[in-house]
Amino acid sequence: MGDVLEPQTFRVTRADLVRYAGASGDFNPIHWSDRIAKSVGLPGVIAHGMFTMALVGRAVTAWAGAPDAVVEFSVRFSRPVPVPDTDEGTEVVVTATVKDVTEDGHTRLSLTATCNGDKVLSLAQALVRKR
Amino acid sequence: MPLDQSFVGRSWPPTEPYLVGREKIREFARAIGATDAEYHDPEAARALGYTDVVAPPTFPVAITMAASRQIVNDPALGLDYSRVVHGDQKFAYARPVVAGDALVCVNTVDDITSRGGHDFLTTRTDVTTEAGEPVVTVWSKLVQRGEEA
Repeated sequence: MGDVLEPQTFRVTRADLVRYAGASGDFNPIHWSDRIAKSVGLPGVIAHGMFTMALVGRAVTAWAGAPDAVVEFSVRFSRPVPVPDTDEGTEVVVTATVKDVTEDGHTRLSLTATCNGDKVLSLAQALVRKR
Repeated sequence: MPLDQSFVGRSWPPTEPYLVGREKIREFARAIGATDAEYHDPEAARALGYTDVVAPPTFPVAITMAASRQIVNDPALGLDYSRVVHGDQKFAYARPVVAGDALVCVNTVDDITSRGGHDFLTTRTDVTTEAGEPVVTVWSKLVQRGEEA
């Protein structure tokens, strides 16, 4: 218990958001138009929450060893991830801590994702099947 | 205007089957930077016990987001999508989605609450095969922000 898994860092650029919009079918303009994003009170274009969750999912499947080892996966989106229109974009850092083992023998990972030092998820966790 | 509480517990008829294509899984995996072979190469996926390329854990939202328009676009519910942000997201998996699946969604409104001038709508989408085999259950909590005073 309490084991901390190796943090994973993901770079996120505007091009990633465009690609994710097409792949997921989520074309909400706050994820590609600064004009629209600012008109609804955001600092500018933000990442899709589900894109951030997908990056966390990559870390979870890497730790779990396989996509079918993930039994449950849940997050709360607590802050937006602003993505500036630069070559560098921004970075999301994902960490996981082994919380406990459930009655079913699944390992519960407590997850965090931060951007510019701010936690962008809360109550994020995954249940992983023992392999 | 608050959301119509009478929607809590309501379910909609099953959606038309969504045929999960190999190229769609590859496209989604590329978009999130998932490069492992089981997302792209059917032979590699079969060697790991999948029937075809396997979808990353958040892939089902590409199906359920479209399916849940049944709920959020119902004018009687009273949702103003321009004020909606994504609050929570949860997946409970019976098995991963694989290419070749034909998946049916049944949408239900699990909960509607109001707090601090904001409205919270929790939808549940039960995703099964056409034969009714459970695949994944997907919960989304949408937050309709209160109108500026």
